Amino acid sequence: MTAPATRETLPQTRSLPLPGFIDGTLLTLLAGAVILWFAPVGMGRYGTYVLSLWLVTSIAVMGLNLTLGYAGLKSLAQAAFMGLGAYLTAILTTKYGVSWYVCFALSGLLTFAVGLVLGFPALRVKAHYLAFVTLAFSTLIWLIMRNEQWLTGGVFGISNINRPDFFGIKLFNALEFHRFVVVITFILAVVLWWMIRSPWGRAFTALRENPIRAASLGVDTRLYTLLAFAIGSAYAGFAGALYAPLVEFIDPSPFSLSQSFFLLLMVVAGGSGYLLGPFIGALLGVVLPEWLRFAGSLYLIIFAAIVMLLLIACPQGMSGLMERAYAKLTGKGAGR
Amino acid sequence: MVEFIAYLIAGIATGAIYALAAIGFTLVWQTSQTINFAQGEFVMLPAILVLLAIKVLGAPVWLGALIGIAAFILIFGVGFKLFVVDPMIRHGVLPLAIATMALSIIMKEGAKDGFSAEAQTFPSFVPSQTIQVFGASISLQHLAIIAVAFAVIFLLQWFVGGTRLGRQMQATAQNPTVARILGIPVERMVLLTFAINAALAVVASVLISPIYLAKFSNGEVIGLFAFIAAIVGGFNQVRGALVGGLIVGIVDSMAAAYVSSSYRLAVPLVLLVVIILLKPEGLMGRKEERRV
Amino acid sequence: MTQVLEVTNLHKAFGGIKAVNGVSFSVNEGEILGIIGPNGCGKSTLFNCILGQLEPTEGSVKLDGKEVTNKRPSELNRLGVSRTFQLLQVFPELTVRENLILAGQEHEGTMLSRFFGPRDAGLSAKADQMIAFFKLGHLVDAKAGGLSYGQQKLLDAAMAFMAGPRLVLLDEPAGGVNLTMLGDLKERLRAINAEQGATFVVIEHNMDFVMSLCSRVIVLAEGKVLAQGTPAEVRANPAVIDAYLGH
Repeated sequence: MTAPATRETLPQTRSLPLPGFIDGTLLTLLAGAVILWFAPVGMGRYGTYVLSLWLVTSIAVMGLNLTLGYAGLKSLAQAAFMGLGAYLTAILTTKYGVSWYVCFALSGLLTFAVGLVLGFPALRVKAHYLAFVTLAFSTLIWLIMRNEQWLTGGVFGISNINRPDFFGIKLFNALEFHRFVVVITFILAVVLWWMIRSPWGRAFTALRENPIRAASLGVDTRLYTLLAFAIGSAYAGFAGALYAPLVEFIDPSPFSLSQSFFLLLMVVAGGSGYLLGPFIGALLGVVLPEWLRFAGSLYLIIFAAIVMLLLIACPQGMSGLMERAYAKLTGKGAGR
Repeated sequence: MVEFIAYLIAGIATGAIYALAAIGFTLVWQTSQTINFAQGEFVMLPAILVLLAIKVLGAPVWLGALIGIAAFILIFGVGFKLFVVDPMIRHGVLPLAIATMALSIIMKEGAKDGFSAEAQTFPSFVPSQTIQVFGASISLQHLAIIAVAFAVIFLLQWFVGGTRLGRQMQATAQNPTVARILGIPVERMVLLTFAINAALAVVASVLISPIYLAKFSNGEVIGLFAFIAAIVGGFNQVRGALVGGLIVGIVDSMAAAYVSSSYRLAVPLVLLVVIILLKPEGLMGRKEERRV
Repeated sequence: MTQVLEVTNLHKAFGGIKAVNGVSFSVNEGEILGIIGPNGCGKSTLFNCILGQLEPTEGSVKLDGKEVTNKRPSELNRLGVSRTFQLLQVFPELTVRENLILAGQEHEGTMLSRFFGPRDAGLSAKADQMIAFFKLGHLVDAKAGGLSYGQQKLLDAAMAFMAGPRLVLLDEPAGGVNLTMLGDLKERLRAINAEQGATFVVIEHNMDFVMSLCSRVIVLAEGKVLAQGTPAEVRANPAVIDAYLGH
């Protein structure tokens, strides 16, 4: 027949998953949560800590995946947003004795609101202005963290950050806190999963693929873009609120501009626009170097180089590679 | 007043550096839609390579400079275009932008691991003296930076506007499709802009490193200010990048003097926000027609 | 007869060039209006001004008597003005059904209901109806990017009609479509006009297509209305023959 099917691969080939696949994603999340609940038994304090750190990073990467992978926006302040959440939690819990749960909610709210305030003027002009505005914001936040000693402790940071209770159960222990992190990560992942398969997700995909056409169909592109960015930022805030009690000490260095770049690379490495991609990306970015006992900056170089190669060979990242491999194995063309 | 003049000169000098970086940034953006997030590292690295050549090869300063500069232009002008931009651009602008972020990490961490984590002194071609002008002490180095940077910028302007090759390059930047029809070797012109970008980065690096020392993390601020300069001036204009660079440099210098040294970085950021709110197309830019 | 769209004295200048220079016309409910004119006569600019893609320099656009000049495209669409584009504009990574659901989902409910409500925003049945109407039934679950050019054109048109708009503007719907598909498209457009009283405006180069589809035709030349009337009147107009049909 006449169907010269346009088979060109787009930079981010991820649409709304098919109904069968959706349950697959949810089941994977559930199975992952169960495995991670039991995984650290006998792993020791450090191993458990690395697993928790993986999940916390995954939350921030998940948010950035929404911003970059689904809405196609470059945010260079994900680490700064994480810093906002972490500092807010650290300051309010250590200095004012506020409950961690309140801080967690406030961290999300604050980063969401800041996302709106930054996104509105930038997105009014052009999508790539958001990159520059977030770049500037990232630097500004870093300056404040470093300079306002009375509030943030400057380069010495804030230490002795307490871990929260869970209905009276103390979560001081690495394993217990890890399980707490597993539950929160699971909840946040499911919320995102729900959002992506709701009409919102369809609108996000549409505005990434063709914003002008989307607008002509009534999609308020400005609102959706802003929401994607603000929600993505809020995830960083949540991640920060968990990061502070996990590490029990924070200083400005993990929230610098380089770290924001690093988080973006994790999104791409895992597969931007894939719901499970962030977990793979954070695994490669955070867990692997710990297990391989790689020196920090050397690993960064290797990681960045791998991401560049991935971008050339398979812009869909590891998730895309796996999908291709699966298609090969089952003998199906990479059609869907 | 006397102080003010000194700060003004210092501001123009650093502003000229930002302008060099911003001009390269806009040139590359115009011809290939590449937003180079590693632009700051491009200014950081040549000085490091020069020092590395001197240290490793035991070469005299002039030879080391030659080797370092040649290596940089080859790798980060031509190589960047051929091995990063070309294979990436077919996937779209977004993957390419992210690739430049990866590149910035590689350059920065590479300079730290491969050379030094500490700031290193960099040989200056002008003595670090001050002269008295109307009672203000003005650094000779600042004056030299201004002289060299402006000479380079005027040379570039002359090249772009006054030579055949330059006009072909300009045509490529404005409309590659039409340029191709007119028989202009578009690919070679794009490559030329990348080489020019690298050369501008080298000039900026050699000029600024004697004052601020050569350090792996220098690119962060320079890159940020180059972006701000490009936006303040008007994203698509070489002239705009020059004006933007000077404004950012002067604002930065004044902020360091009159606001607070720990927040001097913040003032240009505020400038950026004001521009995006009030005149998003930049001071010299044209308004874009199409709305989404 | 009710006027759906009323354009009054619309101007649009790009620098010194006046692309649209004082155009006025109206569209009546239930009619198919054709706009023709030589290349560069300002058709597309006129469309883009009406649809909020460009800001008109001067003049007003009214929808059902209400001022809508300068509204954003997404707002206009939700007020009932829909469009297709000259170049193909479907979402290649979404299925045919997803494309149609998207075209309708922003017209009902709130942001909250679109988050918490059903995944298809309750539009599956309506989308399938629309798909059947445009004879794409066998392709419901195919990705739009894999459709043939003609099929994508049909899908594009279907999306424009999905939300039951007051007015649809079709920008060169016949461009690049083969003859068989063209017949299909014309027949479907006629049917939707007859069955649902849909009102639309068609910009087109293909004279036969316009003359046989439209009930009234406006001829633009150099940014101005040169003539208007029934296809027969326009064909007989000496000024039109001179400017456009002559050669």
